[in-house]
Amino acid sequence: MSTASPSPALEVKGLSVEFPTRRGILTALSDVSLTIERGEILGVVGESGAGKSMTGMAVLGLLEPPGRVSSGEIRIAGKRTDNLSDDEMESVRGRMVGAIFQDPLTSLNPLFSVGQQLVETIRLHSDRNRTEARVHAVNLLKQVGIPGAEERIDHHPHQFSGGMRQRVVIALALAGNPQLIIADEPTTALDVSIQAQITTLLRRLCREQGAGVMLVTHDMGVIAETADRVAVMYAGRVIEVGAVEDVLARPKHPYTRGLMGSIPALGARVERLTQIDGAMPRLNAVPPGCAFNPRCPEAGSRCLQVRPTLMPEGQGAVACLLHDGGVA
Amino acid sequence: MLAFLVKRIGNAVLVMLTVAFFAFLIFRFLGDPVEMMVNESATQSDRDELRGRLGLNDGFLVQYVRFVTNAAQGEFGLSWRNQQSVIGLIAERFPATFELVIIATFLSLVIGIPLGVFTAIGRGRWWAEGLQFSSIVGVSLPSFFVGIILILTFSVTLGWLPGYGRGDVMRIGWWSTGLLTASGRAAVVLPALSLSLFQITLVMRLVRAEMLETLRADFIKFARARGVKRRPLWFRHALKNCLMPVVTLTAMQVGNLIAFALVTETVFQWPGMGMLFMQAVTFVDIPVMAAYLCIVSFIFVTLNTLVDIAYAVIDPRLRNA
Repeated sequence: MSTASPSPALEVKGLSVEFPTRRGILTALSDVSLTIERGEILGVVGESGAGKSMTGMAVLGLLEPPGRVSSGEIRIAGKRTDNLSDDEMESVRGRMVGAIFQDPLTSLNPLFSVGQQLVETIRLHSDRNRTEARVHAVNLLKQVGIPGAEERIDHHPHQFSGGMRQRVVIALALAGNPQLIIADEPTTALDVSIQAQITTLLRRLCREQGAGVMLVTHDMGVIAETADRVAVMYAGRVIEVGAVEDVLARPKHPYTRGLMGSIPALGARVERLTQIDGAMPRLNAVPPGCAFNPRCPEAGSRCLQVRPTLMPEGQGAVACLLHDGGVA
Repeated sequence: MLAFLVKRIGNAVLVMLTVAFFAFLIFRFLGDPVEMMVNESATQSDRDELRGRLGLNDGFLVQYVRFVTNAAQGEFGLSWRNQQSVIGLIAERFPATFELVIIATFLSLVIGIPLGVFTAIGRGRWWAEGLQFSSIVGVSLPSFFVGIILILTFSVTLGWLPGYGRGDVMRIGWWSTGLLTASGRAAVVLPALSLSLFQITLVMRLVRAEMLETLRADFIKFARARGVKRRPLWFRHALKNCLMPVVTLTAMQVGNLIAFALVTETVFQWPGMGMLFMQAVTFVDIPVMAAYLCIVSFIFVTLNTLVDIAYAVIDPRLRNA
């Protein structure tokens, strides 16, 4: 486990991201707050467009222009990073925060060998010379479980299978010894049999290195197996946070309950899977009050007017009027 | 890699044999060589004797094989115009054209690639859009016009550079080079610039389009995420992925440049193959035309093969193909 440390791997407070467009400003994230301790895996779930990947990109400082952080604070291992210049941010990425993206087939530059890409990254973040960096690269490949690392290091990405490529991507993410890793759908593009290997690897490395992991996924199964805590996002907001066991067993937000209801459980005798009717609102059409109110089975009149904020509730926190003064 | 090489070179040989076939058809059947060679007072027996000596009574295939064998050794016979050996005439003119084209190509890459990268990464800024716009002008100006403007500006008005000829040349074996003398180097600047202007804009626009495409790729985002700085990101990671089409374009265009050189050589009175060909056309000098066809095709085919090999060197995924 990680050693006790004064500053968490990631602290996001009141983060808002907006996209100025010709038809006005779209708010993609509003008032997102998250904390990830060192050695902890925080799962971030939600439908497509809920803002989970956007949160990861904002932390990495890789928002697509014209997207920008309009308010809030991001601290990686205690250092504030949301107000850094492009140049300063370049030395934060890879060194303080690493990233793993969804598609290992396209994450690696096809024209450079795996070794060249590893050595490049290692040398960016340490003062090792070429030979030392290569030795370290072989070690990293061994660490992520690539057989025959000494030989494989000179192979090009197209010579690796999907699962092996994702291992290489993980090795690259670890090359700068970051305190935080943003894993954006790291298993979505992989075979189911490979998914478990990758999540197990991620979990082990996170513990060994004492790095915090932000695991962005829409797959509750991956969350249940891998994460320590989970944050549920909806329409650009965090609506529920808590320990994985808690949230899975006793979801507090009606949306989270809906999400849980739509996971098939092996061996459970359920008549049919429940589903959440309707679709998440587009960014330019978020209803007043609670963004979930048009789809919520328990919505009352207050839900149409009052926007709930994330309030501590039990071990976690939830943004729902049911837990904050009632819906009527 | 070896199998790949053998296959590519085999293809090239096949194409050359086909081209040689057409050159042979022109050479043998476009007009009667004997009529063109003998003088007016020759008798029928003189003609028959010459016909036999030239091997024109042999079978079609025998003649074709002999043509190819000779051509492969650089033997294209005598020019009908001045009875000099065709290959000698071409060898005399080839260095001038080759040097002009190589320098124009070099200019187009050295100027075009950085311009392409900068206009891609500066997209939306006034200077990048300005360059992009002026490149349209560059593409649409005919090269003889550019040549005349260059001569007018730098040669006539400013008097900085010579506007015609090749300057002093030095002989190295059969090769004559203008690049080793000051006047030769000065003389090549304007024609090379005039010839390359179109290429510069072509390379620039191609690199820009490819860069914009590549910069959106996942591996670029991932490279940024692992901390690669912007400069190596652009010039190492992105640019290398853009080079494939540039290599193709450049190699293909070297062939075109040799063709375009015809115009530039005329404007600048550059003593190259283009001028030789113009004269051959004027005098219906079939052997020179046939030789020109073979040699220009040979250059094209060689370049194409080199491009294929360069592909395999740049992109390891193609080596097994």
